[in-house]
Amino acid sequence: MALRELSSLEKYLGQKKANKYSTQGDKKVPVLQNNNGPPLVGLVTIACHLAKEAKRPELLGDTAESRAVVQQWLEYRVTKLDSCTKEDIKTVLKDLNLYLQDKVYLAGNQFTLADVFMYYGIHPVIVDLAIQDREQYVNVTRWFDHIQRYPGVRHHLPPVAVLRNRIYTSRHH
Amino acid sequence: MWVCFSSAVVITVYTACGFKSLVCVATNGQMNLFVSEGNPHCLKALAALEATGVQCGVQFVNHDERVVPFLSRPTLPALALPSGQYLFSSNAICRYLFEVNGQECSELCNQWLEWEATVLQPALQQALHMAVLQGKSSEVSKALQGPINVLEQSLSKRNTPYLTGDSVSAADLVLWAGFFPVLSDSSLTLGEHKSLKAWFDRVAAMNACQSAAQKVLQGKGLQGMKSYMQKQPAPQSSQFITLPHLTPSASARYGHLRGWNMLFVCGTDEYGTATENKAREEGLTPQQICDKYHAVHSSIYKWFQIDFDYFGRTTTEKQTEIAQDIFWRLHERGFLIEDTVEQLRCENCQRFLADRFVEGICPHCSYPEARGDQCDKCGRLINAVDLREPQCKVCRQTPVIRSSKHLFLDLPKLESQLEQWLEKSTSTGDWTANAKQITRSWLRDGLKPRCITRDLQWGTPVPHADFKEKVFYVWFDAPIGYLSITANYTSEWEKWWKNPHQVELYNFMAKDNVPFHSVVFPCSLLGAQDNYTLVNHLIATEYLNYEDTKFSKSRGVGVFGDMAKDTGIPSDVWRFYLLYVRPEGQDSAFSWADMALKNNSELLNNLGNFINRAGMFVTKFFEGCVPVMELQEEDKKLLALVSWELQQYIQLMDKIKIRDALKHILNISRHGNQYIQVNEPWKKIKGGDSERQRAGTVTGVSVNIACLLSVMLSPYMPAVSQTIRDQLNAPPSCINTMLEDNGTFVCSLSAGHRIGAVSPLFQKLEADQIEALKKKFGGQQVFDVYAVEVGTVNQVDPEKAKQLTQAVAEQGEKVRALKAQKAEKAVITAEVAKLLDLKKQLALAEGKNPEPAPQKGKKK
Repeated sequence: MALRELSSLEKYLGQKKANKYSTQGDKKVPVLQNNNGPPLVGLVTIACHLAKEAKRPELLGDTAESRAVVQQWLEYRVTKLDSCTKEDIKTVLKDLNLYLQDKVYLAGNQFTLADVFMYYGIHPVIVDLAIQDREQYVNVTRWFDHIQRYPGVRHHLPPVAVLRNRIYTSRHH
Repeated sequence: MWVCFSSAVVITVYTACGFKSLVCVATNGQMNLFVSEGNPHCLKALAALEATGVQCGVQFVNHDERVVPFLSRPTLPALALPSGQYLFSSNAICRYLFEVNGQECSELCNQWLEWEATVLQPALQQALHMAVLQGKSSEVSKALQGPINVLEQSLSKRNTPYLTGDSVSAADLVLWAGFFPVLSDSSLTLGEHKSLKAWFDRVAAMNACQSAAQKVLQGKGLQGMKSYMQKQPAPQSSQFITLPHLTPSASARYGHLRGWNMLFVCGTDEYGTATENKAREEGLTPQQICDKYHAVHSSIYKWFQIDFDYFGRTTTEKQTEIAQDIFWRLHERGFLIEDTVEQLRCENCQRFLADRFVEGICPHCSYPEARGDQCDKCGRLINAVDLREPQCKVCRQTPVIRSSKHLFLDLPKLESQLEQWLEKSTSTGDWTANAKQITRSWLRDGLKPRCITRDLQWGTPVPHADFKEKVFYVWFDAPIGYLSITANYTSEWEKWWKNPHQVELYNFMAKDNVPFHSVVFPCSLLGAQDNYTLVNHLIATEYLNYEDTKFSKSRGVGVFGDMAKDTGIPSDVWRFYLLYVRPEGQDSAFSWADMALKNNSELLNNLGNFINRAGMFVTKFFEGCVPVMELQEEDKKLLALVSWELQQYIQLMDKIKIRDALKHILNISRHGNQYIQVNEPWKKIKGGDSERQRAGTVTGVSVNIACLLSVMLSPYMPAVSQTIRDQLNAPPSCINTMLEDNGTFVCSLSAGHRIGAVSPLFQKLEADQIEALKKKFGGQQVFDVYAVEVGTVNQVDPEKAKQLTQAVAEQGEKVRALKAQKAEKAVITAEVAKLLDLKKQLALAEGKNPEPAPQKGKKK
């Protein structure tokens, strides 16, 4: 799973050379074999490394504040979101919905790795949401739709229809 | 420390307006850190704040105060940024403070922060939960062993004073704060982890850390965290399973009652890779690990009232003596063959790698994470040496192929002897169906020579000069433990173990251990040709599942052993329920709700109710003396019924059908309840002479049945059984007389016998109590986000659905029949509950929502 996300990120970053990955432990934590040093361990660590290598530092945030915010959501992804129980998922969606109500991206007005990996992580949850629920968390679905249409991000995941076509009223369904 | 943030920062205020119940909204470019006492995450943030000297207000709030406007659960620490944004992750806060101070996080620092959040924190949560809330600080080091080893290895390899180099980084403070609370106040010490200890002491000596620790924990150590920990969800915990031991315990008690000359032994099998690894994980020597777990197991059995004649272990001199003797006998008789085996050896760890400690690319399907014995993807069996790019799972180095000489037990040569013996044993003895079937399947495939030596240190040494440095493979060695444990108990051990004509041997186990007891070990003994006693009766249980999932030690799902006593439910009730659901024919399931139901319906309303009523009638109506009984037709009918149930019980117990025999006990008390209900002695006692006479007979018969029940219960619930006889003041001789021969129900409390004080035997298990236990022991299903991607969360299982459909239909019939017969309400309720449970399982198996359809109005 994590390896597929990393390979999608590589494609997004336009990296040609294939990196060598393996995984570690029961949770299949990704490991990047690094020619210039010891291997890097962990999805977030590797993703940040790839962005830096590709000379795309803005994907990690361009101020100290936004960098902290990006790291915070990346951490949120691999801790809270990845170990979420069925009951917790409602809270996650509710909080995220509130957070996103005045934001285009997770770090404000700029697209970052936080968007990419929160999108990958929440994809299975959104797939499983009933269309009514998707409408209930309207800010989340708006953001989600935006990211899945962001050029070059979606790759390994199927697109999800998040909103009903506004032309029809609910009566037509 | 309300200091204004005065450096030039562009302020872009995102006002998140309209949120009530907020503690404070930061504005005007002032930075504020919100923390609470006793919260270990706040320790990180405060230490980072002090270490970096960044100017920032600090405000102490309660644990349940919501600071971050968009989070519905209270989350602390929280940093209100000059822009009005919030950081709610302690690691992000630390990283930010360091960056503002001009120290940006390196990749290595990133990696440690991620490791802390994803690996260390879950382990810490578990450790703290046990230490702070359950008062088990001894469990802390167990929970943290893995992360501690990772840190120690990394620190000793890098050889720098701090985690990422020569100066302190966010990672150092974050990790220090993680370890600080447990190291300050528990049995955990870093004695053997020199590099880790040096690093920890170095960081802990910093003023920033000392000051933060004082502010957050206030010198109260772990207890300072109690109110914080109480608000955290309970992590799942680890446990042991004792089911296979309960059955022999009941059987042994029964055997004693029947007056059999009997020896009941058990022990801990302590050698092998598993122990070596556990020792490495916990940083102890194998011997220390064995001592520890031997004591743990021993105390568990004691609590469960599993009283072995002797509970031994395999790490003894007798074991070496007997195992080596059997080895030489096999060797002399030509039943051992030598062969060279190619094995993977990790030069870094200095050991040969057992199959499960190698990983690599599958030679068949190129799956990158195939194990040394099997590929999870294509399912094919693999020879570890055939793996492409093999890796040692412990250190990730590439192992090398080494050839090593080993000894094999020549099973093909012993096969015909074994078959002859099996024929006889399975036809004359009691072997469970699964035991016969598993054994048959081994023989059908033809036996192959089986390696009995291993390249390990922790084991019984192979005495042969060409094989020193090697030990016996644990499955050659472990069953010999039965002999050596007996030898440690009595010097006359050979009268038990070399006496097949006078001794009958019963082996109890879970089904996965059958081949070793029915094929491998008998072959060792047959080949050694020393007139050994071989197994006559092999009783194997199926698996017991936990709620709807498997008991799992690694995932920490389930209760048991050391934890069962923490539930407040008496050991006898545990014994009763576990034997009641004993997986005899097929796998069965443990469920909290069902346990409560069985306790309340069978123990409380049926069994306890009957025994208590019988005793109370004697006390209340007959001044505590058993009345004169004049048996009428109806009474004789009841006595015949009871005698029949008793005989069934004896027959089943003789065949170790423990669960089925239990049903007959419960049948007797059901008959008894009906008998009392029909005859209404509480009414008749107020009538004329003949009616009073009738009340006396009914009471006398009932109290004698109660006495019989106490005897029959003894193998299952020893304490309750004794309590009943104490209450009835029953003569000790009644035990043996009633279980003699085919079972004879005698009148052991004759007219005039004075009984003791009667009191209730069982307590109701309330719904909220069960709910709490369910939560505590992790009955909840973990939501697997990746499973959703594939399809539904529930596994659809058409085969199971078919079986369940059948079961639902049958149970439905049963309920209808009971209702038609106007059976007791408690009985009907219990059966209806069973029906509902089956329907729920069926829904799950069909992949439907298991919530039952809303119940319609009940017809009276």
